[in-house]
Amino acid sequence: MLTKRIVPCLDIKNGRTVKGVNFVNLRDAGDPVVLAKKYADVGADELVLLDISATQEERDTIYDLVKRVGEQVDIPFTVGGGIASVDKVAHILRNGADKVSVNSAVVYKPELALEISKEFGSQCLVVAIDARQVDGHWLVHTHGGSKPTELDLFDWAEQMQEMGAGEILFTSMDHDGTKTGFACEALAEMSERLSIPIIASGGAGTKDHFVDVFTKGKADAGLAASVFHFDEIPVPELKSYLLSQNIEIRI
Amino acid sequence: MIVLIDYDAGNTCSVMNALDRLQADYRLSSDPKEIRSAQKVIFPGVGHAGAAMTSLKEKGLVDVIKGLTQPVLGICVGMQLMAERSEEGDTACLGIIPGIVSRFDPSQDYNVPHMGWNTTQTKTKDSLFDSIDDDAYFYYVHSYYLPDNKYCIATSDYDVTFAAAIRKDNFWGIQFHAEKSSKQGAQIIENFLK
Repeated sequence: MLTKRIVPCLDIKNGRTVKGVNFVNLRDAGDPVVLAKKYADVGADELVLLDISATQEERDTIYDLVKRVGEQVDIPFTVGGGIASVDKVAHILRNGADKVSVNSAVVYKPELALEISKEFGSQCLVVAIDARQVDGHWLVHTHGGSKPTELDLFDWAEQMQEMGAGEILFTSMDHDGTKTGFACEALAEMSERLSIPIIASGGAGTKDHFVDVFTKGKADAGLAASVFHFDEIPVPELKSYLLSQNIEIRI
Repeated sequence: MIVLIDYDAGNTCSVMNALDRLQADYRLSSDPKEIRSAQKVIFPGVGHAGAAMTSLKEKGLVDVIKGLTQPVLGICVGMQLMAERSEEGDTACLGIIPGIVSRFDPSQDYNVPHMGWNTTQTKTKDSLFDSIDDDAYFYYVHSYYLPDNKYCIATSDYDVTFAAAIRKDNFWGIQFHAEKSSKQGAQIIENFLK
């Protein structure tokens, strides 16, 4: 059976992990390579590296980082953040990433999704969507969720599937950082409308939230950052728990 | 010397990283002479089967690969190209093993691509799966599959049972990405190199 995936996300700035990371026994938790390897070793199914650097100069450090992660880590990883051209995608994949995630850039230039999937295949294209509810409607937001658009979340996800997305990474801005659970209703609706896998993000706070996201939310993968980084929910403990709740999971 | 066939396949870098982790002695090459004289050959692949065949043709490698007599390991699209045809772009493939590569049919319960970690069941004892647990998990990413056939040495289940690994004479193929499948994946590559 195909398993559900547990995906830790590392925020990277200027080549270093940001957001406090509180792991015991880690020589340098600020080094994304050390952290990525640790996650791979404890059973994470995939990793996402999100570059939140502000300047182009800082962003160029990502290539060397991708190369070093690829050398050390033996599970798939996705790189996202500030990707707006086929050239940058080529550079990131050539340095050893398995997938790229694009977000704001495809909102302003949807053809980019088509160009990336034609050139490199759908399997390496994750379209990340940030959305929140405005008057009862899920609207897509860009620039880290700060700029609202008029795009309906579900229509947009469908359009991106048609334009070659291999996966959708949906972050609910309403849930992100709250630790009150994932946006299961919206996720379930998205899952009904799409035929590609969905990675759920935003709201993880307990192990049961992951049970819910896979059962009620019908997500294929659950992504989180701080609950993993602060060891509030250790990955092996989460996976054993999910297994005990009859969820297909790789141990 | 192990030769990794260089034809711009998407996972070449990941396979090289996996070989480096195993400290394997290998060379990335598209030179027919070098490929023919290799002790073992790894044939990677990610992306569109049609584009991959076109690239092989442009590099003059179609007959080179078909004529190899040393152990060859095809990975993902590398394995699919060993079949007769692929429905992906209605592509004529290498015809090393019989069978036609078909597309998964998406439904409510089965997304396409088939993406993630899935259990794999061995059918026949084969050295490629030495020290591999039964029901071991490997990482898959594909929208097309080779149906179970008599050259299948391992299968995996999605909405259909499909070929996870094949072997015919000196040709092995794996649908999963051993290079990205943690310790069990590394074991598969190590078994091939042994």
